[in-house]
Amino acid sequence: MSFRLFTFAAPVRFHALTGVLLPWLWAATLLLSAAGLYIGFFVAPTDATQGDAYRIIFIHVPAAWMSMLLYLVMAFWAVIGWAFKARLASMVARAVAPTGAMFTVVALWTGALWGQPTWGTWWVWDARLTSELILLFLYLGYMALVAAIDDTRRADQAGALLAAVGAVNVPIIYFSVRWWNTLHQGATIKATAAPSMASTMLCAMLLMTLAFWAYAFAVVFMRSRAIVLERERSADWVQALVKTTGDAA
Amino acid sequence: MNWGSPEAFFHMGGYGLFVWGSYALTAALMLVEPVLAASRYRSARRAAQEAQEN
Repeated sequence: MSFRLFTFAAPVRFHALTGVLLPWLWAATLLLSAAGLYIGFFVAPTDATQGDAYRIIFIHVPAAWMSMLLYLVMAFWAVIGWAFKARLASMVARAVAPTGAMFTVVALWTGALWGQPTWGTWWVWDARLTSELILLFLYLGYMALVAAIDDTRRADQAGALLAAVGAVNVPIIYFSVRWWNTLHQGATIKATAAPSMASTMLCAMLLMTLAFWAYAFAVVFMRSRAIVLERERSADWVQALVKTTGDAA
Repeated sequence: MNWGSPEAFFHMGGYGLFVWGSYALTAALMLVEPVLAASRYRSARRAAQEAQEN
């Protein structure tokens, strides 16, 4: 962590390093999703109780995990940017938000489409679903807040405060199925016990999780690079960059 | 192999609408987001270039 924080804290280094990493991250995204979808649809058997509706799990659970993880990543970099006046950290925090919001929408949408055939309802105001919906509002609130304040530094500070306060919602989402009686089922994958699902199903789900990780890194890096150029457009290194390589890429 | 025919694959044991509805939105969002990010990067580069010319 300290390696990334300090060695690549210079926007110029970050821009160069992510430029090298991007093709590999996209390749990993494609390969891992292809493998995950193949195993999920052609190797994993039909579930005995849920039929083929359960196949939504291969995107639902990874998307829900990513929605929570990315929120913590966003809050972490936002606070680092605020506390240490690290410009790049604040830029990365802003770059994470839309991707986190996107995965939250995916988790809610796939959850609704899975809930209807298995629970008989698209939506229920139970603790898990409600706290995940609040997560979406936190992402949207963060994005609206930083966009609404013209002074970049003050916008980053206000955003960091909102992101940090909202982080309390993440453990609430995660433990909601244990703390309250919810219609949503408990965790299938736990650190303390063997997963309660067939190994081919688990394999597909973990491959999709890795694919979503690669995707998140790739798209967050792309957006961070755009934000870096937007904010540093008159810096010498950006001017040198656009001069030497022209309009390409 | 789970599916005897393409129809069976799309039918998804009667849950086709739910399964494919889930995957369709997910795929759409995960295709659109990188396109938007790439176009934001390109316009940032253009803006930097214009800043140079002025």
